[in-house]
Amino acid sequence: MSSVTVDHVSPGQHGHDDHHHHAIPTGWRRWLFATNHKDIGTMYLIFAFVMLLEGGTLALLLRTELFEPGVQFFQPELFNQFTTMHGLIMIFGAIMPSFVGFANWMIPMQIGASDMAFARMNNFSFWLLPVAAIMLTSSFFVPGGATAAGWTLYAPLSAQMGPGMDLAIFAVHIMGASSIMGAINVIVTILNMRAPGMTLMKMPMFCWTWLITAFLLIAVMPVLAAAITMVLTDRHFGTGFFNAAMGGDPVLYQHVFWFFGHPEVYIMILPAFGIVSAIVPAFARKRLFGYASMVYATSAIAVLSFIVWAHHMFATGMPVTGQLYFMYATMLISIPTGVKVFNWVATMWRGSMTFETPMLFAIGFIFVFTMGGFTGLILAVAPIDIQVHDTYYVVAHFHYVLVAGSLFALFGGAYYWVPKWTGRMYNEKLGKLHFWFTMISFNVTFFPMHFLGLAGMPRRYVDYAAQFTTFHQVATIGAFWFGLSQLIFLYAIVNCYRGKGEVAAAKPWEGAEGLEWTVPSPAPFHTFETPPEVK
Amino acid sequence: MKKWWRGILGACALLFSCAVRAQVQDMPGGPRVNQLNLHEGVTQIAQDVMWLHWMLLIICGVIFIGVFGVMFYSMWAHRKSRGHQASTFHEHLGVEVAWTVIPFIIVIAMALPATKTVVAMKDTSSPDLTVKVTGYQWKWGYEYLDGPAKGVKFLSTLSTPRAQIDGREPKGEFYLMETDNHLVVPVDKKVRIVLTAGDVIHSWMVPDFGVKQDAIPGFLRDTWFRAQKPGIYRGQCAELCGKDHAFMPIVVEVLPQDKYDAWVQDQQKKMAANADDPNKEWTKDELIARGEKVFAANCVACHQANGKGVPGSFPALDGDKTVLGPKDAQLETVLHGRPGTAMAAFAGQLNDVEIASVITYTRHAWSNAGKGQDPVVQPKDSVAKR
Repeated sequence: MSSVTVDHVSPGQHGHDDHHHHAIPTGWRRWLFATNHKDIGTMYLIFAFVMLLEGGTLALLLRTELFEPGVQFFQPELFNQFTTMHGLIMIFGAIMPSFVGFANWMIPMQIGASDMAFARMNNFSFWLLPVAAIMLTSSFFVPGGATAAGWTLYAPLSAQMGPGMDLAIFAVHIMGASSIMGAINVIVTILNMRAPGMTLMKMPMFCWTWLITAFLLIAVMPVLAAAITMVLTDRHFGTGFFNAAMGGDPVLYQHVFWFFGHPEVYIMILPAFGIVSAIVPAFARKRLFGYASMVYATSAIAVLSFIVWAHHMFATGMPVTGQLYFMYATMLISIPTGVKVFNWVATMWRGSMTFETPMLFAIGFIFVFTMGGFTGLILAVAPIDIQVHDTYYVVAHFHYVLVAGSLFALFGGAYYWVPKWTGRMYNEKLGKLHFWFTMISFNVTFFPMHFLGLAGMPRRYVDYAAQFTTFHQVATIGAFWFGLSQLIFLYAIVNCYRGKGEVAAAKPWEGAEGLEWTVPSPAPFHTFETPPEVK
Repeated sequence: MKKWWRGILGACALLFSCAVRAQVQDMPGGPRVNQLNLHEGVTQIAQDVMWLHWMLLIICGVIFIGVFGVMFYSMWAHRKSRGHQASTFHEHLGVEVAWTVIPFIIVIAMALPATKTVVAMKDTSSPDLTVKVTGYQWKWGYEYLDGPAKGVKFLSTLSTPRAQIDGREPKGEFYLMETDNHLVVPVDKKVRIVLTAGDVIHSWMVPDFGVKQDAIPGFLRDTWFRAQKPGIYRGQCAELCGKDHAFMPIVVEVLPQDKYDAWVQDQQKKMAANADDPNKEWTKDELIARGEKVFAANCVACHQANGKGVPGSFPALDGDKTVLGPKDAQLETVLHGRPGTAMAAFAGQLNDVEIASVITYTRHAWSNAGKGQDPVVQPKDSVAKR
């Protein structure tokens, strides 16, 4: 350990004031010019949480309008802007950046590297995000408002939108560039900067899942950029990629978009698998079951994700062979996903379990994500998909895998690693309250949506037949409960940063394994300047 | 903390009682109140889908209970607080192979019956009747392509009054799922639906038929159904198509053969009676009266009844340069649309009398008051610009 780390071991110091070392910038320079992976990680996480609140507020506005049949609060054109922006902000603003935040904080510490490989690019890839977020949010205030074409931005509807659409396209371009840079950083860091002895097959699962995710990002973000650039040139430069009158094809957009869109789904879930694979063994006090098969299953999911995209398009009218192929290929994904769930359960089996908040979120993840997995399998079956495509059944399905999947894992990961980030334990009572409120209100919100979808309630509707009222009201009540519960999380985590709560030991979890627990809590500004030796 | 809990529970109870109070009945051919599962369906396909869904639900349910039974047992039995010591095993080739291979076999078992249904759904060959369905923002157009009703065509728009949507009137029995004109088909006949769209992608969905097919502008897609029971069946547009996506329902009336034949004859008589002569000179007042109706059915959603449009999204016609300028520019816009905007080409939807009358109406309505150039546009002007 270098002398730098020793400076910062003493507990009770606040994050900002304890860095008097000449190499460490202070004040706003520390953040604007940040090259330290921990500072950048923190900024990513704060940014993502702000976006989560923005997207969540939009969701609550939607649920407010949907509390009763009829148009009460928002006219249809504004409602459609809300649905679209809710999707874009949650995916590109909240979920993806938060995983990059975790990657920044944890990957160098887990593989025994001193920092990310490209520190300045890391800074740039973060600071692109607020620019994109401001652009996206400000599009509400341009003539015609924000884009209302759905987060999928399907042509030719997206050709009809006002300048809000162009802002959204540029914002997504910028966020895509940021993601690609983040992914390059992760790949180079993992492949080149592992501590001596840290072979690939000894890496923590979180690093493995992120390595695979990073390859997915590099492969598909340019595809998205291509799709939306074609929309842009169709809108302004007289091309006709998606205009049949000019020899184009609206369905081409969907093929290109979903070639990005389906791997994107796994981009948002694979790192979550990694977090859960870290938490479950820690609190079962037992090694992760089937490490090698976890790695292979993750890779299999990543490969399959490239060849199933058109299951989002069964209703466009594919040839029968196309429908059959995409149905079979999609159903195959359930096998590696099942292997993961079985492995987690086997890890718990005959362990010595305790149920602190991270473990509760991990178990909640496994339980509720699996429900989303099953509805995914049901949706893979083309005839059923055609019956429930573009209904609330699909809305329920992807919130089960994205909220109960990705977001639950992110909460679990935050509680698990916040002692390392801040040097303080969170308040366990608040954490548990947050978990139970989140878990219950999530199901109150989204479970009734399965029924709505099966009964034929289409999604992205500002108004609905009175027969659907009760389930919509239950969902709205659940949504407000869910939304407000997240303030508990904010309070609990901010308290850690404010230096309140029990002082955390270097390894606050009895069963936790990994290099990150060998450095003091809070993790010093610089860690592993001399690489550790891994047996 | 306890008081907080009670507050939330109280609020829930209050809201639930409100929900129960509203006496809503099941909608015939539409959703039932608090319907939990798919529609029973009146076609073989819809019934097969229902069967497939039950099969998958049961298999998934059994696996779910199995896996989480094990997990919850383990959470109960293998707790540290019960003094359970952690084992050290972390691999088992046999188990790992088994839980890869067995799900594979289950998935194949699921895929086989589904394959049969996919093939049946896609078989649109040898229909008894073909109807062309065109999606517009925000209405459906129907045209009978063959059979005794060949040539019958009409538009079908939402008939729920705006006042019900805005809450100024109580909501009716078929709120949002009723149209002015129904698609009418005979019972027990294979009806092929050929779809396209005039502007953006729409999707034609009737849950009771197990049918959902996107209508794609510039392309044709087809699907089919054979309804086994006479009745009225309701669906809605299923692909986001802009502002009034929620307000373009589908209503299909399935009639016994004799009643269907009577309906066809009736339609043909009406068509003959309604045929507009584009060569006739119309008076200004005739055109305005007719144009007001055309405007209410086709234009009001965007340009609004007061002609002010929706600022930023849809332009005002009241005081508009084109509407007050020479007629040719407005004829061009209405007939051929404005590419890159929501303004559709109406040449295929409206006849020349309708085009001329709606233009004449806009030139006289609101503050326009006929004070612009060319206040009256005759059908023959529209013929000339086509």
